[in-house]
Amino acid sequence: MKHRRLLVLAGVVGAIALVVSLSVAAASSNKPARVHKAAAIAAPKVPNAKAIKKKYGGQKITFVGDSVGDGHKRDLALAKRFSRDTGIKVSVVPHPAASDQSYAQLVRAFSQKSSSIDVAMIDVVWPGAFAPYLVNLKPKLGKQSKLHIKSIVQNDTIGGKLVAMPWFGDYGILYYRTDLLKKYNYKAPPKTWADLFKMARKIQTGEQKTNKNFYGFVFQGNAYEGLTCNTLEWIASAGGGTLIQGGKATIDNAKARTILDAMRVQIGKTTPRGVTSYQEDQTEHAFDDGNAAFARNWPYQYGIGATAGSKVKGKFNVTVLPHGATGKSVGTVGGWQLAVSKFSKHKPAAIEFVRYMTSPAVEKFDAITNSNVPTIVSVAKNKAVVKANPYLKPAIASVPRVTRPAKFLKTHYNEASKVIYQGINQILNGTPAKNVLPGMQSKLNQIIKQS
Amino acid sequence: MSTVATPAPAPRRRRRRTGLQRRQTRIGWLLLLPALAAVGFVAIYPLGKTVYESFTNQEFLQGLEPTKWVGLDNYRTLWHDTVFRDAAWLTIKFTLITVSFEFVLGLIIALVVNSNFKGRGPMRAVMLVPWAIPTVVAAKMWQWMLDDVFGVVNDLGMKLHILSHPYAWISDPATALGSVCAVDIWKTTPFVALLLLAGLQVIPRDLYEAASVDGASQLQQFWRITLPLLRPAIAVTLIFRTLDALRVFDVFSVFFGNRPDTQTMAIYAQSTIVGDGHVGYGAAISVAIFLIISVFVVIYMTFMRVTEE
Repeated sequence: MKHRRLLVLAGVVGAIALVVSLSVAAASSNKPARVHKAAAIAAPKVPNAKAIKKKYGGQKITFVGDSVGDGHKRDLALAKRFSRDTGIKVSVVPHPAASDQSYAQLVRAFSQKSSSIDVAMIDVVWPGAFAPYLVNLKPKLGKQSKLHIKSIVQNDTIGGKLVAMPWFGDYGILYYRTDLLKKYNYKAPPKTWADLFKMARKIQTGEQKTNKNFYGFVFQGNAYEGLTCNTLEWIASAGGGTLIQGGKATIDNAKARTILDAMRVQIGKTTPRGVTSYQEDQTEHAFDDGNAAFARNWPYQYGIGATAGSKVKGKFNVTVLPHGATGKSVGTVGGWQLAVSKFSKHKPAAIEFVRYMTSPAVEKFDAITNSNVPTIVSVAKNKAVVKANPYLKPAIASVPRVTRPAKFLKTHYNEASKVIYQGINQILNGTPAKNVLPGMQSKLNQIIKQS
Repeated sequence: MSTVATPAPAPRRRRRRTGLQRRQTRIGWLLLLPALAAVGFVAIYPLGKTVYESFTNQEFLQGLEPTKWVGLDNYRTLWHDTVFRDAAWLTIKFTLITVSFEFVLGLIIALVVNSNFKGRGPMRAVMLVPWAIPTVVAAKMWQWMLDDVFGVVNDLGMKLHILSHPYAWISDPATALGSVCAVDIWKTTPFVALLLLAGLQVIPRDLYEAASVDGASQLQQFWRITLPLLRPAIAVTLIFRTLDALRVFDVFSVFFGNRPDTQTMAIYAQSTIVGDGHVGYGAAISVAIFLIISVFVVIYMTFMRVTEE
């Protein structure tokens, strides 16, 4: 009767919960305020603003934007500048932090033909699903799209129509504490997952003597889209393929089983037990508060960790993710596009906003203040940008990228991803991979058949 | 919980109705019309639409393809859907655990605050505080308190030597259901207590006086007077709580998101419709939830004989 003992305990705790909850609230508001660099470089001005103002000034558009890290602040700053220069009012609404939930939000809006969204940021895996509901940007932004990385533009072109503009890229990277590696006599960051676990274990054992909240490794283990990205990296880097290949699910193979079981064993050992409910924000907090030796996250975390208020400023670096005994390091392709809804009542004004947001000046601003990966080749090579974002150095940026299997799934992508992240979450929570993977594989094949 | 009034008070057996009765009947129906229209609009129409959709293959992102009638296909799939079966069992387990704890604890609290003691007024108000916190806020708060690294529950438990090491109450499948039950019990017991307290207050005092004169002990008074007279209130409370618990969504959604092993029926329906875009199949799940809840209502109605009271 495990539950009953817990319930008795919880009853007692419940009685004092109020008092405690107030102190919890107080404590969490005491989190170190992070000083943001965003003030240092101002949002770039809008080119051709006068002409835009004359045509569309006074119109109002809604932009469903970022919510992870400092993304919302960046959106607000850019929207404010755009409104000031062009007279087009932009109201910025952050989307849900879990990307499968923001997918659901857009599905709802599009299926109701709602005009409440004019511009939306969409994940790199969604253009196929949303193409019928998005404006073809090619006539107006085709020229600007040539500045962007070709493969991403291709990804955003469905049936010859440019349904979205690349905004920023993403790939998974490993964050590590340089000071702790030195302290425990490691000369280089781990090359393989086995190395990572060994180093994480040793550093954790040492650090926990003074900081009992310290853990070796954190990542995104929650049952949501982020776990699909992490999973793809683990399996692909162990030589186990890319989940679905050639229109068939391949997730159930020996190499995948080995790496997933290796991960499962680490849960609660070199990671916090609660890592199976972590998303990006929890990962970033654990690492930037100095409570983790290694973290897997997207590049945006670099900027937050490198700001003045961060506890790990100057004490960390980034590198490629480890690989399995036989595989090679990879990074899951992430990234966000901007799209204009077909149901928008102010399409031309919305397109002007997208033009501004995906311009070289804004991408440079975003890369330097927010450490997001530019999708414009010339910006990614810009010296100031590379200096602020070491992950753009060729050694890291040239790591093979793996893409989530969206092209086999189209409108069924979200459903298939759910099968993946739910199954993997179950494994991480203690079920051996061999009991879960076969079921996942057959479910995925069923979904592929429908699409 | 509204009781439906009989529209025509005129007895049926009499063949010839007087003009007055006929007019009364007409006025009765007329007065009822706004209420019927409201019920039709907010309850019958959406329910009917859900039932209709459950026989179609409607999808959210269907593009230009028309929705087709698929007959019982969705229900056939549902019958073999182990995910739904797991979700249903989990929800029923959750319901049985929370409702029984809430009922027993709520009854005890109601009896205490119904007796005469100093500071009874403030006590009744304080008792309600957990119920007054919005569920999502309370769930977020508990999520923090139950955290394995920073949670105050682990911290206190370790300091008081109840726990040997910090637990990941929410992440660990062994304690996940327990913690979500605990939060629900913490939050809803005051509400149960309040409903039962209202029932206690309508029991006439002189019954207890008479019982004392006759030499009945406190315990006898409880079993013979309090409990029987409280039955209508208990029935309402249990039905209300059971229906609520079977539809639970918020705490689970905050605690577990889309985690597979802790899905309630409502979460499964929501993620099928909104996440996967399968409106037709999701509607079939919703109808199944409706039927399962109906079974519980029928059981209560039969055993508590609410209809007679």
